[in-house]
Amino acid sequence: MNAALRLLSIALLLALWVAASRLAGPRLLPDPEAVGLAIVAEARSGALAFNLGVTLARVAAAFAIAMVLGTLLGLAMGRRRLVDRIGDPWLVLLLNLPALVIIVLAYIWAGLTETAALAAVVLNKLPLATVTVREGARALDLNLDEMAQVFRMSRWKRFRHVVLPQLSPYLAAASRSGLSLVWKIVLIVELLGRPNGVGFEIGTAFQLFDVTKILAYALAFVAVMLAIETFVVQPFERYVSRWRPRPA
Amino acid sequence: MSRAGDQDRLEVHIKRKSYRKATGGDLQVLGDVSITIASGQVAALIGPSGCGKTTLLRIIVGLDADYEGTVGLPARGRLGVVFQEPRLLPWRTVEENVRLAAPLASDAMLDSLFGTLGLTGHRSHYPGELSVGLARRVALARAFAVEPELLVLDEPFVSLDAELAKRLRGELAELVSRRPVTTLLVSHDVDEVIGLADRVFLLSASPACVLATMPIQNPRSARTAAEVVAIREELLSKASVARN
Repeated sequence: MNAALRLLSIALLLALWVAASRLAGPRLLPDPEAVGLAIVAEARSGALAFNLGVTLARVAAAFAIAMVLGTLLGLAMGRRRLVDRIGDPWLVLLLNLPALVIIVLAYIWAGLTETAALAAVVLNKLPLATVTVREGARALDLNLDEMAQVFRMSRWKRFRHVVLPQLSPYLAAASRSGLSLVWKIVLIVELLGRPNGVGFEIGTAFQLFDVTKILAYALAFVAVMLAIETFVVQPFERYVSRWRPRPA
Repeated sequence: MSRAGDQDRLEVHIKRKSYRKATGGDLQVLGDVSITIASGQVAALIGPSGCGKTTLLRIIVGLDADYEGTVGLPARGRLGVVFQEPRLLPWRTVEENVRLAAPLASDAMLDSLFGTLGLTGHRSHYPGELSVGLARRVALARAFAVEPELLVLDEPFVSLDAELAKRLRGELAELVSRRPVTTLLVSHDVDEVIGLADRVFLLSASPACVLATMPIQNPRSARTAAEVVAIREELLSKASVARN
């Protein structure tokens, strides 16, 4: 039933697309077949795999760095009032600085380099991860903390078995929103200052007014992200919540 | 405050403990409390609800360092604590919960511990799947698995039905006699401790101080029903004499 509804919804979207393409003309909006053929052509030449790979690597690196730093900062701010007082204004500043400003400044200060690109993406994602984890750290159960203390658990054990499981819903939320945000920002970073990747290809296609290619790359990348969501994020969430009693 | 070791004896001398009130001023919760438990003895601490028993325990196990007085823990100071609530990690199984607290516990020792407490069939269950009684047994198992030099139990049978509480008391008695350990048991219920303790400390209402100390000579296993009744009478009369 659910699968049928999903298929129906996708079929409806394709039908709308075909209709809109008829109305607007193939130059403004190519039909699904043309986009499909473009994806195949890019895949044959090897360009698609290369560009997807490059972008995915940037997404993975930026995401990992931002999540690790965000978790550490969020924990520190959630548990230590002094750190929270000092860090909060910085957080508000970063949260409200437009992504574009951070990217442009990073490129100006550090040159059109990979480091600058990654740093810009990380700085965009970091405050959101920090704020989410901070909420989690504020909600940590003091009773379990005391238990760990009287049984003399090591710092690592406490983090791994007492703190991390309590943070996991917050980390999952931060990952979800983070992954979609990070890949959008990676595309802008590539458009503005990288010689490869999906963002770069879309930039080139924009200059040539090649809507087919823009759609081909965008859809291919969405498919990759969908696969990650289905095969990595969701199984992981199921794994970390395996202990919750489920309705039979 | 200071902490000093003295073999397997527990020596607590608290002069005063107070909390700062939210509205300003101090609220005294503990007065002059001195408690000594010899190595391997089971001592019970009885007092009315809200008299500061839990505060005293928190000081003894090192969760509260803000007091006037001294606490001398057993030399190596390995602690087994059973809190009022089981305080298990919901995301770890029964066995993992015990092993995390007691990484040195041997398989044979855990097997026999789980067997005594009737937990053998529940080792791979998560705490959310256990009844309250079972969860409390896991908390007991965790405290014993560390092979503590000092065992501290804070009302471990509260809110259990009488039948279950009785059975758990029996299991606790068996564990303590199998491997003698300096034990401090806190309760507001005289009946709960008579069958277990070698020595009873009666505490006053808040701010708590020790009203009376009563050693119980007969070993646990040899106490007859009549003796238990006698001990109980004596305790209750001591309590009322001290109160007046």
